[in-house]
Amino acid sequence: MRFGIVTFPGSNGDHDALMAVRLGLGQPAELVWHTETDLSNYDCIVIPGGFSYGDYLRAGAIARFAPVMQAVAREAEAGKPVLGICNGFQILTEAHLLPGALLRNASLEFVCDWVWVRVEQTRTPWTSQLAPGTLLRLPIAHGEGRYYVDEKTLAELERAGQIVFRYVDAKGNATPEANPNGSVANIAGVCNVRGNVVGLMPHPERAFDRLIGGDDGLQILASVLAVGLEVVRGRGGH
Amino acid sequence: MSETARWRAEVFVSLRPGVNDPQGLAVRDGLRRLGYEEVEDVRVGRYVQVWLRAPDVETAERRVAAMCEQLLANPVVEHYRFIIEPA
Repeated sequence: MRFGIVTFPGSNGDHDALMAVRLGLGQPAELVWHTETDLSNYDCIVIPGGFSYGDYLRAGAIARFAPVMQAVAREAEAGKPVLGICNGFQILTEAHLLPGALLRNASLEFVCDWVWVRVEQTRTPWTSQLAPGTLLRLPIAHGEGRYYVDEKTLAELERAGQIVFRYVDAKGNATPEANPNGSVANIAGVCNVRGNVVGLMPHPERAFDRLIGGDDGLQILASVLAVGLEVVRGRGGH
Repeated sequence: MSETARWRAEVFVSLRPGVNDPQGLAVRDGLRRLGYEEVEDVRVGRYVQVWLRAPDVETAERRVAAMCEQLLANPVVEHYRFIIEPA
């Protein structure tokens, strides 16, 4: 399954994602420069972390206008799996491919830590191989990760099953103490209505091997391979 | 006369009421610590100046409002207002 990983000026998680896919999953992956306008060669797309365009104006606000984002929107519309990690999540919300917005952490501090997240939704290609309620230990590194939606939208997201990950404690409880940035309802990740576009603040690509502190992130990246198998079957087994 | 007028828009962007503004709270606490005990609340926003050409002020207003909706503010979490004057 071919992974396309988008690089913006200021991305810094692109090589992490490349390594995670190549070494962790053993799948082909390529970096795609932000001026690219065609992503049809890739089976899934990763928008990585970093500080695209220096996070000028708002995190993700300028990246949204990069030529590649029209291609991302087109592939998302076509149902291709898209994963936005950290800054990639911010970009996808700014591009209105995902609901809500990500604001300055409530603590005003940049948080760099390992957190527990609970899988809330398994209808997305990025969580389809996980059991609901699975706990994953993943690293976070962000200054603007406070997920915000108003109460009405939050109720809609709950109803439509668009909340994919929540920050929890080691026992799986979504407590205020387990919330590293003040996100509403401990939300760490969401998906679009269809479920093929997922964004999350934690970094699954930085947890693909126990040598680097953990390999729980691999479960998210590996989930999407089930979609790849379906594609291959659809092509007649080859 | 073909030359259109030049305008300057001053755009003020702030978080919507009800959206927690930790920067504002930190500044509020700082002001109180400096002795400004009368300070009740502080909200921190963004200030943007835009110079543009438009035939009349109504057109300029319409264009700047569209700029705010599309880029200068994020309507999901932010409010904006602006003043336009000849430049």
